[in-house]
Amino acid sequence: MNENSVKLHYDIPAYDLTTAGEASSSVKRKLTQLGVNPVSIKKAAVAMYEAEINAVIHAGGGSAEVEIGRNGITIEILDNGPGITDIDLAMQEGYSTATDIVREMGFGAGMGLPNMKRYADELDIRSEPGIGTAVKIVVNF
Amino acid sequence: MGTYFHSVTLDEEKCRGCTNCIKRCPTEAIRVRKSKARIIDERCIDCGECIRICPHHAKKAITDPLESVNRFRYRAAIPAPTLYSQFKEVSSRNKILTALKALGFDDVYEVARAAEVVTAATRELVGKPGWKKPLISSACPAVVRLIQVRFPGLIDNIVKLESPMEVAARIVKSEAAKSKGLKPEDMGVFFITPCAAKATSVKAPYEKEKSFVDGAISIKDIYLKMLSSLQGVAAEENLEQAGYEGIRWANSGGEGLALGNDRFLAVDGIHNVITIFEEIENDRLEDVEFIEALACTGGCLGGPLTVENLYVAKTRLKKFIDEAKEKAVTEGIRKTPCNDLAWTGNVEYKPVMKLDSDMEKAMKKLEALELINRELPGLDCGACGAPSCRALAEDIVREIANEADCIFKLREKVRDLATQMMELEAKMPPVMDKSTENVK
Repeated sequence: MNENSVKLHYDIPAYDLTTAGEASSSVKRKLTQLGVNPVSIKKAAVAMYEAEINAVIHAGGGSAEVEIGRNGITIEILDNGPGITDIDLAMQEGYSTATDIVREMGFGAGMGLPNMKRYADELDIRSEPGIGTAVKIVVNF
Repeated sequence: MGTYFHSVTLDEEKCRGCTNCIKRCPTEAIRVRKSKARIIDERCIDCGECIRICPHHAKKAITDPLESVNRFRYRAAIPAPTLYSQFKEVSSRNKILTALKALGFDDVYEVARAAEVVTAATRELVGKPGWKKPLISSACPAVVRLIQVRFPGLIDNIVKLESPMEVAARIVKSEAAKSKGLKPEDMGVFFITPCAAKATSVKAPYEKEKSFVDGAISIKDIYLKMLSSLQGVAAEENLEQAGYEGIRWANSGGEGLALGNDRFLAVDGIHNVITIFEEIENDRLEDVEFIEALACTGGCLGGPLTVENLYVAKTRLKKFIDEAKEKAVTEGIRKTPCNDLAWTGNVEYKPVMKLDSDMEKAMKKLEALELINRELPGLDCGACGAPSCRALAEDIVREIANEADCIFKLREKVRDLATQMMELEAKMPPVMDKSTENVK
């Protein structure tokens, strides 16, 4: 892989749902400027949005490392949160550990990880309880 | 044609080159150059925000003058329901419609009535499976154009049915052809419009080759003539046909309410519409089936080519809605199958935000853009003529602006130059240099 790429870094703020989604919005805008097809843009934006929201509501924020190449985008969302004990269980639709307050705001319906899986062409979740979670999303153009 | 027609234009004389409009534009379509606001044609969606915000009234919409109806042997006016809300102390729609007819029309047909036809067809459509949910109303052309330039992922969600304006023109023309034996070229149908976006739809429709409507006359332009015409109404003709559901379309929420489905969301004001569209793109509105999105705050009542204040207009329209409710004339609506109202063309994605048609080059430009943006002050002051620092960075990589367009950057450069000059000034030719350190 010697192609050139655009690398982006975002800080994801903690527990602030009013600004949550700004990183994925920004990425969406950049993909549009690059002329990426609308379907891939949507896939990347939704998958990243879900991962971003998860980092906000579960993990006290984190960061996003994004690399956009000619053939696809790789998004890595990293946090130092509580981690996911059982990833298979977390992947089930409707499974959620979100607090009532978060749910009242319309988040935490247990669709985050399933949606990520639905939209990502590759999804890799590595997590260690007590240390943090790294979510890697790849969407091909 | 390949060129973009849009109705919002600039009155060069009045424009002072202030930055109010560039900041308000939802598609960043305006730049100030040489003290005049320039509209980037392919980005303009005719929402009319700039018309509303301009303190010098330098932004206007191209509409047709009333005299243009004289080109036709038979003339019909099709007023947007917003028209009813514009006049003080007018007791009935029939009076308004009669006064409108007296301005030189052979017929008047309420677009509100056609709205009910569209409602019936939309109801049918919402019930059908296989549609991408939520469906997004196409009643507001500025919203459809917004989707074309900023939300291509939502093109499939658009309700691809003729607008009430088109349906009204179609009904008028087919009835006039039948009853009066008129040829198509003899008939002129004119929409009485509250906005620029509709005027564009008449001149350059996105959903088909040619509009059924022959011209758009703004409410603002005929307002004074209407006032005197209203004075002269001796006997009201019975011209009203629409029920309350059709009239209510002028309000934000009117189209949604008429559907009789409580899973609809009504949003108005172009910037609010953008927020809702972002939500849909992020799959956050899965429990909503229908979106009524209107570019103007308050819906069509808040149109930039209206005369009356939105909130006053709202109160007035309510009176007509209540009155129509009592009369309950909604029944007997023409059952037009939704297939019959389907668009014959389709809207396409207009990638106007793209930095370059070659992705490699676009990537290089994006990187350069990020670097430039980081160096800019981030005040978004607009003095460079672009709406934000980021937009200036974008213009620089598109090669339509320079870094020195930023007054802060320019000041830095001047300061650097001044320092250099001071340094140079301090230097003396060796023969005259009296400082001891240079003496060897």
